[in-house]
Amino acid sequence: MPPSLDIKKLRVEYPLTNGGTLVAVNDIDLTIRPGEIHALVGESGAGKTTVGNALMGLLQAPGRIASGSISIAGKQINTRTGRTEGIVPGRDVGAIFQDPMTSLNPLFTVESQLCEGMLAHLKIGRRQARARALELLTAVGIPEPERRLKSYPHQLSGGQRQRVVIATALACDPQLIVADEPTTALDVSVQAQILKLIRDLANERRVGVLLVTHNMGVVAQIADRVTIMQNGCVVESGSAHSVLTSPKAPYARTLIAAVPPIESRLERLPVPSEETPATLNAREKVRSKTRQAAETTNDAPVLAVRDLCVEYGQRSFLPGRTSAYKAVKGVSFEVRRGEIFGLVGESGCGKTTVANTIAGLVVPSSGSVHFQGVALAARRKKSLRQSLQMVFQDPYSALNPRMRINAAIAEPILFYQLAANAAEARDDAATLLEAVGLSGQSGERFAHAFSGGQRQRIAIARALGPQPSLLICDEPTSALDVSVQAQLLNLLKDLRDLAGLSMLFISHDLAVIRQMCDRVAVMKGGEIVELAQTETLFSAPQHPYTCELLRLAPSLDRIIKTETTAA
Amino acid sequence: MTTRAFLLHRLPPVSVIIAGLVLATMLVLVVFAPMIAPMDPRDVSSYSLIDMEIPPSFMEGGDPRFLLGTDNQGRDLVSVILFGLRISILIGIGAVLLAAMVGVTLGLIAGYFGGLIDTMLMRVGDVLVSFPTILVALLISGVARAQLSAETVTDWAPVILICAIALNEWVQYARTVRASTMVENARDYVRAAKVIGLPSRRIMLRHILPNVMSSVMVIATINLAGAILTEATLSFLGAGMPATYPSLGTLIRIGNQFLFSGLWWIAVMPAAVLVVLVLAVNVIGDYLRDRFNPKLMAH
Repeated sequence: MPPSLDIKKLRVEYPLTNGGTLVAVNDIDLTIRPGEIHALVGESGAGKTTVGNALMGLLQAPGRIASGSISIAGKQINTRTGRTEGIVPGRDVGAIFQDPMTSLNPLFTVESQLCEGMLAHLKIGRRQARARALELLTAVGIPEPERRLKSYPHQLSGGQRQRVVIATALACDPQLIVADEPTTALDVSVQAQILKLIRDLANERRVGVLLVTHNMGVVAQIADRVTIMQNGCVVESGSAHSVLTSPKAPYARTLIAAVPPIESRLERLPVPSEETPATLNAREKVRSKTRQAAETTNDAPVLAVRDLCVEYGQRSFLPGRTSAYKAVKGVSFEVRRGEIFGLVGESGCGKTTVANTIAGLVVPSSGSVHFQGVALAARRKKSLRQSLQMVFQDPYSALNPRMRINAAIAEPILFYQLAANAAEARDDAATLLEAVGLSGQSGERFAHAFSGGQRQRIAIARALGPQPSLLICDEPTSALDVSVQAQLLNLLKDLRDLAGLSMLFISHDLAVIRQMCDRVAVMKGGEIVELAQTETLFSAPQHPYTCELLRLAPSLDRIIKTETTAA
Repeated sequence: MTTRAFLLHRLPPVSVIIAGLVLATMLVLVVFAPMIAPMDPRDVSSYSLIDMEIPPSFMEGGDPRFLLGTDNQGRDLVSVILFGLRISILIGIGAVLLAAMVGVTLGLIAGYFGGLIDTMLMRVGDVLVSFPTILVALLISGVARAQLSAETVTDWAPVILICAIALNEWVQYARTVRASTMVENARDYVRAAKVIGLPSRRIMLRHILPNVMSSVMVIATINLAGAILTEATLSFLGAGMPATYPSLGTLIRIGNQFLFSGLWWIAVMPAAVLVVLVLAVNVIGDYLRDRFNPKLMAH
C-alpha cells in the first residue's frame, strides 16, 4: 500500500510587492503511512497551515508551490495547478478545520451537508447516501443520529458540530485527513473525546491523518510521529515519543520546555529570559513608585466577593415579561494582598462575567463586591477605579489601532495626575515599556507594528500605569504561542513580586493556573464547585468535576510517563 | 504579502484619477473665481442688457468677449457659471459637514449609551427620513420665506439651504456611526479604557471616533454629490438661491425658459458643469467605498 501522503522537498513561496519572495515552506519532507497520525507542530507563522493548504490545493492566489513534490496515496500532485490527477479534494482528502462554528453552513441540515459530498463524488443515490450518513453519525458517536440528521448546525453543541465535520471528512472514505487545529476551539472534556475519536478512526479505517496543531499535549495524546517546524523549515522529525522525551534540536527543546507542566509547580518556566539591565533598572523605578502607593493600606483582603449573582435579561417592552439567563449564581471568594487568585473553568462557566462585574463592566443583579474594604457600586470613585486594572484576552483588539503606544500608556497616567506634565508621562510610559521587556523607543509606533505577545506586554504596561493594587487578568495568554506564553507568565510573576500586586487570574488552562496561582476556585455553570490552595487542589481534588478536568487535561509528562512504563 | 496589502499599494484606476483631476481643477477655479472670472455677476454695473443672449464665441454671431455666450440679462456665462459652481460646492460641502457633525455626534451618543437615548434618537431619525429630503427642504425654505423679509431670505439663502439639506441627511451618518460604535464598544480596547476609568466623553472622542471615521468619510463623499443635486433641484424649483445670486440650479431654471427659443446655451452650459461635477464626486465616492469595504478587499 502506498503512503497516504508523501511530501518531498516542498517549497511554497509568496511573491512580495517589493519584488522579493517570502518562503513560507522551505524544503520539507514528510511521509504519512495509512493509519498513522502525523503531527505538524510549530508556533504561529511556522508554515504548518500552509503545508496543509498546499496539499489540498487551497493556497491563496499569489502563493505557489515553487518546487518539490506531493503525492497523495501514490498519486502525484500537479504543483502548477495544485490539483492531482485522480484525487478529488473532499473525496480522497478530508478536511477538519479549527472552528466548528463556521465550518458548517448554517442554512443546511446535517443530512444535506453530509450527503452533498457523497452525491457528488460517489455514484450513489439519495437513499444510499442517507443510510451512509446515518452510519457515519453513529461512527463518530453522535447520540440519536436519526434525529440529528434533521438538525441545523445551531442546534448542535460545539463538540457535536466538530463530530459532524469529522463525519463529513470521512464521508467518501478518504485516503488522508488534514486536521488543522481540530480541537483548539473546544473545551478540554470535548477535546479529549474528539481526539480519541480521531485516533480510533485512523486505526479502524487505515486513514493517514495530518494533524496541524500548536498544542504539545494534543500531540502527546494521539500522534505517532511529530514534525516540528520553525520559520518554514523542519527543525526535528521523528516518533512522537522520542521527540517529546528527548528533543535534539535546541528549538525543539525550548518549545517543549515552555509547555507549562500540570504535574508540578515551577518557580519560573524555563525559557530564555529577555531581561536586560535596562529592564531591571526600569522595574526598580516601578517598584519604588508603587511601594509608596501600596504601603498606605492595611491587611484586609484586597477584594471580597459575596454571593455575586449576574443575570443577563432580555427586558421586554411589556412589563412583567422578562426572560433572564443566570450567568453567575452566588459566587463568593476573597483575594488577599499580594496573592494570585485563580478562577478556572470551561467556556460559559461565568468566569469572565465575574471579572467583568468586578471591573464594573457588568452590573450584578445581587450580591456585593468589596474592594479595599469599600463596596463597589456601578459608579465608582476615581481612586477606586485607579487601583483596579484589567488585562484582556485578545491582544489584537485590546489596543486602540489609531493611537501611538506611548500615548496609550501615558493616557491613564495623565488622567490620574500621576505625572506633572505630558513629557513626564511619556517618560513614565517609556519606563513601563522597559519594565515589561520592550524598548522605550518602541512607544513611537502603533499597535499593528507589534506581535501578539508584545501587544500583551503593552497592555500589561498600560494597566500598570495607574499603579493598581489589583490586576484582573482575563485569559491573558490563551491567544499566544507557548514560548511567548511562558515569557509572559514569568513577567506577571515578576511584577507581582516587585509591586506587591494582587491578581485575579482567569484561565481555562489548568497547567497555567498551577504555575501562576496561590489559590484556585473551580467554576462550573456559574457556581464555584471547589476552592482550595493550588497545591491541595491539584494533589487532592475533592469535587468530581475537578477530578474530571484534571484527568482530561492533555499533558506531556503524564503521557510520556505512561508510555515509558508500558514499554 | 497578502492580496489585500497588494491591493492597497496599487494606484487607483484611471477613471478615478481623471475624476480627481477634474474635481481639483474645479476647486481651484472656484476658490480663485473672483480673480479668474471676466466679470462679477453680483455687480450690476459690470454687465449691460446690450450684451444679452449672445451665443458662445465658437458659434455664428458669437462675441470673443463671451466664451460661453451671455444670458438674458447680458451676464457672461463663464462668470455666472464659475460663481454658481462656487455656491453649489459651498452649499454641498456645508450641508455635508453640518449633517456629518450632527450625525456623528448623535450616532456616537446613541451607540455608546444605548437604551432609551438610543431608541429616542433613532426613532426621531426614522421619522425624519420617512419624509423625502426635497419635501423637507421645500418646507423649510417655504417657512423661512413666510417668516422672514425677502431681503433676509436672499442674504441667508445659503445657510437656510444648508440647514434644510442637512436636516434629513444626518440620519444616515448617525445610523452608520451608531452601528460602528456598538461594534467598537464591545472591543477590548474600549473596555480597557472603561476599566481605566476614563470619562465617557474622552472614550467616545479619543478612542471610538478615530476608529469609525473611515466609514464617515466614505458616506460624506457619496453624500456630497447628493447634496449638490438636492441644492440644484431646490434652486431649479425656485426654492433655493435667488436669481441675483445664482447657483448652478438657478442658472438652469433661468435657462430652461429659453431652451425652446433657440438659446439652448443658457441652460445647457451650467447643466453640463453640474453633470461633470456630480459625476466626478460620485466616481471618487464609489472608489473610496470599494476601497474601505473589507468584503471587497479580500478579492
